[in-house]
Amino acid sequence: METYTLIVLLLAATIRVATPLLLAAIAGMFSERSGIIDLGLEGKMLGAAFAAASVSAVTGSAWLGLGAGILTAVALALLIGFACITHRGNQVVAGMAVTIMVSGLGPTLGLAWFNLGGQTPQLDGPGQRFTELAWPWAEQARALPFPGLLYAELLGGHNLIVYLAAALVPFSAWVLYRTRFGLRLRAVGENPHAVDTAGISVNALRYQAVAISGVLCGVAGTYLSTAASAGFVRDMTAGKGYLALAALIFGKWRPWPTLGACLLFAFTDALATRLQGVALPIVGVIPVQFILALPYVLTVLLLAGFVGKAVAPKAIGVPYAKEK
Amino acid sequence: MSAPAKLPRWAELGLLPAINLVAALLLSGVVVRILGENPWSAFKLLASGAFGSQDSIGYTLYYATNFIFTGLAVAVAYHAGLFNIGAEGQAYIGGLGTGLVCLWLGAAPFWVVFPLAVLAGAVFGAAWAFIPAWLQARRGSHIVITTIMFNFIASALMTYLLVNVLIKPGQQSPESREFAPGAFMPPIHELLGRVGIAFTATPFNFAFVLALVAAALVWLFIWRTRWGYALRVAGENAAAAVYAGISPPRITIGAMLLSGALAGGLGLNELMGAQHRLLLDFPGGAGFVGIAVALMGRNHPVGIVLAAVLFGALYQGGSQLSFDMPKINRDMVVVIQGLVILLCGAMENLFRGPLAALLRRRDVP
Repeated sequence: METYTLIVLLLAATIRVATPLLLAAIAGMFSERSGIIDLGLEGKMLGAAFAAASVSAVTGSAWLGLGAGILTAVALALLIGFACITHRGNQVVAGMAVTIMVSGLGPTLGLAWFNLGGQTPQLDGPGQRFTELAWPWAEQARALPFPGLLYAELLGGHNLIVYLAAALVPFSAWVLYRTRFGLRLRAVGENPHAVDTAGISVNALRYQAVAISGVLCGVAGTYLSTAASAGFVRDMTAGKGYLALAALIFGKWRPWPTLGACLLFAFTDALATRLQGVALPIVGVIPVQFILALPYVLTVLLLAGFVGKAVAPKAIGVPYAKEK
Repeated sequence: MSAPAKLPRWAELGLLPAINLVAALLLSGVVVRILGENPWSAFKLLASGAFGSQDSIGYTLYYATNFIFTGLAVAVAYHAGLFNIGAEGQAYIGGLGTGLVCLWLGAAPFWVVFPLAVLAGAVFGAAWAFIPAWLQARRGSHIVITTIMFNFIASALMTYLLVNVLIKPGQQSPESREFAPGAFMPPIHELLGRVGIAFTATPFNFAFVLALVAAALVWLFIWRTRWGYALRVAGENAAAAVYAGISPPRITIGAMLLSGALAGGLGLNELMGAQHRLLLDFPGGAGFVGIAVALMGRNHPVGIVLAAVLFGALYQGGSQLSFDMPKINRDMVVVIQGLVILLCGAMENLFRGPLAALLRRRDVP
């Protein structure tokens, strides 16, 4: 009984941790499938988290915060696009640059605007955050352990963005594999010359892809500062952008396996929090750091081909120069 | 294919980086303006904070020492066509090697500890770079991603070691005990004092000289040895290298070992020179500054030393700035760092075309 409750709570925590990872990983999928390495995930999320928390704090509306978060992340994504697509700059460097710049810019602007040492004000007013949606009869269902607790904690009890992220997986799979845009997107990441020959603009497609990545990173960042917590703090993404990138690779650049990877990584994170200092039978206390490092180790093993094989889009990282 | 416009050598190595740097600083000035401060007085404060006194010069060069090591690490890999984002983790683990030697041989005199500490830093750093290198060379795993992952793994490993193993007993903060004096890198003010020159006491230490020696050796290696030549050929064109009898996988591994060993030099300055103990997160982002330094310094040792001093000045001047201008905090330096990477690295072609056109017009009347 006790174990059952623990497991349900652990899974619920997994879903909450997985949401920003999933949004960022799918964001990266659109960008990378078009041939642009997305090392800017971390920076775009962080920028969105700051913008969303700031706007929500000033206007009192989480929705306006979401809008600001998306706008900020799209602007950063277009900056990366400008460097990598228009000027054919190094994509890894561009992503790193934006991430580093934003990690400084957030606290800098935060200090100047709110004078709270780089944070944004606590979001505690009504409507300033995306709060858990109340499902009908959730409180009554909680009394009934078996389906009831699952209903109240796993299905229900999350905020809107969580459901949005869940719906994104089938939707992005549909876009990628069932639409003309998706076909072209996949083609431009594998063989941009062929796409160009067919009379479609490689650059326009790639700009669309990075913009989509910006929108989704914007939602992910907004989730971090206005749903998962109540305001922006310095470096609040804490490597989630890179973890999302790892999940994307672990999911072999496909929507459904990426969801699986995000859930796996989120589960290890939730488990590490739960197992902090707890002695298990036989193995004793597992150091939290080992569990936290697990996603990275797994990704390296996968990249090395020891656990399956991850094949990146062929044209990834290569700037495209139109034949003259 | 339209290749990036060609520039004369002096413009390529001097003018273009200068233009990119000025553009980055101008954009930083815009940010300062948005923060509601005067960019020009901010700049003056920054400069005087970095070079205004012996004290500030000492700190500037102490920071620069870290950046020379990591900048060289990034540059050596870059010449082999590899992008090493893992200098941060390699410096972290390299420092572990240096720190362990210092802890174990603490009672020994400096001339015993010193060579072993240098060696251990290099070997540990190289070992941490070896795994991603081997995976790239033999299994085709993308080195950018694996080195990022290894930064996180290094961080987890070091946290574990410091919290559970190396922590000084009876202490809350995860730090090792202090090194014995035999493991202290001689401070510059002490060395200068011996020849009768007075210099304020700062963490600026002998490791700076080691960093300059490393820069000179890297120059010799890359441009004056067969191996360095092979490394550059493999970096420029792997297919041509194969025809020339060079094995690109071996170059990949060799270059990354050297890169990791150079990153491992950071511990000599930071741990033996300044902190005198092992502690959490002592590289403090220097591995990422190294990327900016290598890009700005055009991957040439001379450029790297100059760029490292510039970034040392930014870090030191930045703390002065945040002290005198309450609206600006040290994170502003990180903004400038990001802008420099953006303009000198990702957008280096932005001014290249116009500059090439301008120079052509001047040549042809």
